[in-house]
Amino acid sequence: MIGRLFDEVPRRGLVLLAGLLVVLLAAPWIANDYLLTVLIIVLYFAYTGQAWNVMMGFAGQLSLGHAIYVGLGGYAAAALYVHFGIGPWLGLAAAIAIAMACGAIIGFLAFRFGVGGVYFAILTIAFAEFARIGFDHFRWVGASSGFFLPVANYTRNDLWNLRGNPTMFYYVMLALTIAAFALCHVLLKSRVGYYWQAIREDEVAARSLGIDTFRYKMYAVVLSAGMTAVAGVFFAFYYNNLFPEQVFHISRSIELILGPIIGGIGTLFGPLIGAFLLTGLSEAMQELLTALGFDAPGAKQVFYGLCLLAVVMALPGGVWPWLAAKLGVNGRRS
Amino acid sequence: MTALLAVDGVGKRFRGLLAVDNVSFRVAQGAIFAVIGPNGAGKTTLFNIIAGTFAPDRGSIAFAGERIDGLAPDEICRRGIGRTFQLVRPFPGLSVEDNVLIGAMLRRHDPTAARRRAHEVLLRLDLFGKRHQPASALTLPDRKRLEVARALATDPKLLLLDEVMAGLRPAETDRMVSVLTELNRGSGLTILLIEHVMRAVMALAGRVLVLHHGAAIAEGPPEAVVREPAVVQSYLGAEAVE
Amino acid sequence: MPAEIYLNVAVSGLLTGLVYGLMAVGLSVIFGVVRVVNFAHGEMMTVAMYLAIVLFNGFGLDPLAMVVPLAAVLFALGYALQAGIINPFITRPEHSQFILLVAVALILVNVLLIAFGPDARNVQTSYSFASFLVGPLIIDATKVYAGSATVVITAALFAFFRFAPLGKAIRACADNYTGALVVGLNVKRLYALTFGLGAACVGAAGSMLVLLVDVTPALGPALTLLAFIIVITGGLGSMPGAVLGGVLIGLTEAMAGLFFTPSAKSMFSFGLLVLVLLFRPQGLLGKRLS
Repeated sequence: MIGRLFDEVPRRGLVLLAGLLVVLLAAPWIANDYLLTVLIIVLYFAYTGQAWNVMMGFAGQLSLGHAIYVGLGGYAAAALYVHFGIGPWLGLAAAIAIAMACGAIIGFLAFRFGVGGVYFAILTIAFAEFARIGFDHFRWVGASSGFFLPVANYTRNDLWNLRGNPTMFYYVMLALTIAAFALCHVLLKSRVGYYWQAIREDEVAARSLGIDTFRYKMYAVVLSAGMTAVAGVFFAFYYNNLFPEQVFHISRSIELILGPIIGGIGTLFGPLIGAFLLTGLSEAMQELLTALGFDAPGAKQVFYGLCLLAVVMALPGGVWPWLAAKLGVNGRRS
Repeated sequence: MTALLAVDGVGKRFRGLLAVDNVSFRVAQGAIFAVIGPNGAGKTTLFNIIAGTFAPDRGSIAFAGERIDGLAPDEICRRGIGRTFQLVRPFPGLSVEDNVLIGAMLRRHDPTAARRRAHEVLLRLDLFGKRHQPASALTLPDRKRLEVARALATDPKLLLLDEVMAGLRPAETDRMVSVLTELNRGSGLTILLIEHVMRAVMALAGRVLVLHHGAAIAEGPPEAVVREPAVVQSYLGAEAVE
Repeated sequence: MPAEIYLNVAVSGLLTGLVYGLMAVGLSVIFGVVRVVNFAHGEMMTVAMYLAIVLFNGFGLDPLAMVVPLAAVLFALGYALQAGIINPFITRPEHSQFILLVAVALILVNVLLIAFGPDARNVQTSYSFASFLVGPLIIDATKVYAGSATVVITAALFAFFRFAPLGKAIRACADNYTGALVVGLNVKRLYALTFGLGAACVGAAGSMLVLLVDVTPALGPALTLLAFIIVITGGLGSMPGAVLGGVLIGLTEAMAGLFFTPSAKSMFSFGLLVLVLLFRPQGLLGKRLS
């Protein structure tokens, strides 16, 4: 069955993929602590980028307020843990449910009322801002002063409560990323995936072929929201603190779309490549600047902006399709 | 001979313009029925009403005995009406095969079965050799055939063709005519088409409806209709009949 | 609460709203003509605001006197942006354009952050604390000056588009792109001019807003969002709509700040935005989109 999944991928691609997997699995032994934390960030952005990609790259709906799902997921699981002692793997259920409900509301409002394109993007921004201000006053989870998880010692790994050292978090994030990748691959090859692409390409034509575009757009939004919420849970338990100003801020929303845009919207590997490139290069640049004695908060963001500009102007399909062609892996756009 | 499609007293107004004015006709099962008339006569609006893009202000439309006026376009396709667009709308980023595959998936949820059906249709429409090309790379005649193939893949009982011959050279027109004839005779597909290319209309249609300013001014077998004075005056011009 | 307080707050909100209106007019002009969604609008305004601060703190130049020069500088910036970077994107898919401007916005905000730091800055002129007494009303002098200047500028803008040949040419482009090309209008240049004009509005509005609020780099995105809320509420592509929207939002935020906590006032604007998007997407005065 697994073999069937990779029917159309050329041999060279499979070899590269296997190689990458081995490297990623072995990373904690090869890399130092700092590099490991960087890798965790890379995988985090690869995962959230993939989740966002489901809405944009597959179903064509531009969301610029995706941070709302990270925040809702994180706060939901954190609140259950801090107030009721419920572990994150169970809290996940609540996190996903709440985020999906929110996604369903946004999707329903937008699609029933014909809000699309740029207006939809602005609607998503408005909702995220709404959440940011709302949570600023939400005392049960700390309001603007922040919500904190008890930090346990890092010597013991408690997988159930997600308390432990970076290696544990690394493998959790890796597993999530691989799962997201696999899910998207399966979906793309299924009827749902094809219908999403049809909607993305031409919604009117899609309807004329019997596709209930409302239903499938809702699927995309709700799935994307749910997947992103999982990242939120991870975020909460990894960083152990949540501030509405940061978690729901529009910069977070923009950050998480950079990877897939630079890597390639709608492609399977785009978010991964994008996340690697972006985080890798920016960390390197940061190191360089500190070494030269510059301490410029905001330099990283300027760098992101320039990368985005460069990609949008020169490689509108993203880096991955271009790279895949060069590698002869035929990263066929879905 | 039962009517597959029954259009009764359909009217549609857009602000000040009466686009379709009390139009009624019936399309028999297995027939090829053409709608002709000058530009702006309301033909495409009529199609859009049948296909569900708009709901009629007045009148009703019945398909296989059931009312379909006011239903959404996707629901109408599911009931068995396929359509093409006057300005073709392929899925540009997808391959020719995937375009048709998506059509086939309406009735076959399994991608493999749908792909088989897509191949059948592509062979029929002479596009099999180009199936891996992106749809955006096709020439106009090929895009028109793709549009027909894609609609066909949904296994419709009735196919609405909106000016599918426009922009085709005579040889290509003849090819399309023969494909449509074969589909009609061989598979019993009912076809309702809007056309300006009279050559195709005369070759294909068993019955013709003429629209002018949104209203029906003539209906009947093509040879009879093209001779009616009202039709000659409003649309064809005397030379066409000579 | 005595009625004077409501009235005072309302007038204050109205005058501030006028300045927001001018900012939104800029966005409306850009979208109405060039059809580009300027996601960097607020950030451009913040650039103007920081320029005003530098001119004031460095050279003692009053922001009101700097309205025209700053408008000119922003005009140049807008022109260059459109002619240089944005123009090839006119024909690209919508989300591509949007992302391009998101990138520009990102760069602008963070360059400002690097240059000026995150702390709030403002301008203290000789009249910063002066006020006019009109009957029961106590109105800040800064707001009166800013409000009146805005009215003058907006009127001039309306007149330009109505009567000046260049203004009419720009409107022609907006109404019918191909038609404009056919009659020989240099559309590329007109687009760049229009973007420049929109940016000039923001330059003028910025030099006035600096008298009314504190500036941080983070103000950029907030203003962009506000501009969109105003333009969508008032009606995309309608200049009077943008002014009306600005006043409406200014009033709403001021009154909401009175009844609820100040930080919650933006929630009203968002609520308004959602309602407009759902029930009247063309806005109050906009034309119905096809």
